[in-house]
Amino acid sequence: MVNSGVDSGTGLTGLTAHEAQALLSSGAVSSVELTEAVLARVDQVEPQIHSYITVTRERAFEAAVAADEARSAGNVSGPLTGIPVMVKDNLSTEGVATTAGSRMLLNYTPPYDAHVVEQLRAGGAVIIGKGNLDEFAMGSSTEHSAFGATNNPWDIDRVPGGSSGGPAAGVAASECFISLGSDTGGSIRQPAALCGIVGMKPTYGLVSRYGLIAFGSSLDQVGPFARDVRDSADTLSVISGHDRRDSTSLDAPAQDFSSSLTGDISGMKLGVPREYLVDGMEPGVKAAFEKSLETLEGLGATLEEVSLPLTDQALAVYYIIAPSEASANLARYDGFKYGNAVNDVPTAWDVMDQTREQGFGPEVKRRILIGAYALSAGYYDAYYKKAQQVRTLIRREFAQTFEKFDALVTPTSPTVAFKSGEKMDDPVAMYLSDVCTIPVNIAGLPAISVPGGMSEGLPVGLQLIGPQMGDGTVLRVAHAYEQATEWHKLKPGI
Amino acid sequence: MSEEVTYELTTDEVRHIAALTRLGLSDDEVEMMRGQLSSILRVFESLQQVDTEGVEPTGHTTEVRTVLRDDSAAESLQREGILENAPDSEAGYVKVRPIFG
Repeated sequence: MVNSGVDSGTGLTGLTAHEAQALLSSGAVSSVELTEAVLARVDQVEPQIHSYITVTRERAFEAAVAADEARSAGNVSGPLTGIPVMVKDNLSTEGVATTAGSRMLLNYTPPYDAHVVEQLRAGGAVIIGKGNLDEFAMGSSTEHSAFGATNNPWDIDRVPGGSSGGPAAGVAASECFISLGSDTGGSIRQPAALCGIVGMKPTYGLVSRYGLIAFGSSLDQVGPFARDVRDSADTLSVISGHDRRDSTSLDAPAQDFSSSLTGDISGMKLGVPREYLVDGMEPGVKAAFEKSLETLEGLGATLEEVSLPLTDQALAVYYIIAPSEASANLARYDGFKYGNAVNDVPTAWDVMDQTREQGFGPEVKRRILIGAYALSAGYYDAYYKKAQQVRTLIRREFAQTFEKFDALVTPTSPTVAFKSGEKMDDPVAMYLSDVCTIPVNIAGLPAISVPGGMSEGLPVGLQLIGPQMGDGTVLRVAHAYEQATEWHKLKPGI
Repeated sequence: MSEEVTYELTTDEVRHIAALTRLGLSDDEVEMMRGQLSSILRVFESLQQVDTEGVEPTGHTTEVRTVLRDDSAAESLQREGILENAPDSEAGYVKVRPIFG
């Protein structure tokens, strides 16, 4: 089977990775053919979607040829061998521009690969290019990219969510089979929900952060986007595992997460935290959520309402801790060692002031300033230390809840995809878009968003949250739910 | 807590933090940031209602202690690849503008 021409995202390019892998294994299609089909699709939809910052066409074909050769030689290494993928542009790629969506890194080419990029290459994946994001992963709409916004494939007048809007829209629009994003406060799960695909944030430390451009180091975690839960589990198996170059990498043995997908959740105890049904939640989102709860009950799970009162403090804790860490992490952009420097000025101090003034966009500046303020003398105890103490209490609250429940079920985002431009001048309104995802990062937990209904013709996400190292559990529940519903099979009409 | 906590910034405070973080800001940006940062600070106000007496702060969430590795020589990144990214370099070093004007 050779697919020439563009298939509108419903043919070859619209398959799941495991379906495409079956065609590769049977010899019905080659990785080169798969890559050609995906690149034709990229050419077709990029003018409307703009999910890529950089497309690495030649490198992709080299990787596809290598994957085909390895397969003919009998060396098929895993589920992603020969599969076209995208990585978010804050993941370092040796010899390929890595911008983090910022003017600051316009001309930066990393001399090394991120750990997860090494893992993808070792697994034979074909990297098509680098995905668009809010600058330094700070945002919930991908409108804060210095390279222009990404649009939602379900309605190009709406945002795809963020910060990993490019990787989410790319999978939804069939411009790649799998992508990798990063999630500091919801940056994988919220765009997955708004684009109608699966997105997972693993337990903190399960996936190495080596080569991920740092934002909030105690919160950042890399994870997969995919069209179904099986692809998510397979990708997590490829990218997870101990890496000594990240001192927070968990020293746990490699796992095959596909073994968690039993399809059976009867007898499991699922908590429904009432604080996640926030004021301002759209009725359509709430209705879809209630329907999903019925589906889970129909599968034999026991559902019970639970209260986590400190959820209401999570937004404040997050918007102190994440900007504080960001203000320290982004101090490295001084215009000396790398980056888009203003160098024709008298002194090194002028280089710093002007490089940072011109290199950073408004949201990044806001977060550097608020973080530096929270850390500054006189305010440290009231803001930063207080937030860290409440963080301890939030962790305890989750730990106590998981003594009783296997997982928690919540909506992923209080709204469907919102209109472009709607929240750009109101930072706090934008932050509220992540109110259901932020508590998970504060406590370092695993969580996944799966397609969980439609509202006003737009996708709604269902979030499952597990205890630390309960990655297999959330995958198991998500998979059983997905197999009992049809939502993941819907595709945007683009 | 020792200092009075406020949820409204002055333009002088914005200029002070901008100087601390070496961020150049125009006068318009200072005024815009003053309003936006103040609205963000008001989100933090609710934290003061939480009793945190005697609660240890959390720096990060997994119980990882100081991680040590063997003190052995290994390959490191090549100087050329790193210096190619530097705005200016000379004789194998990063070159910067004068510190004293």
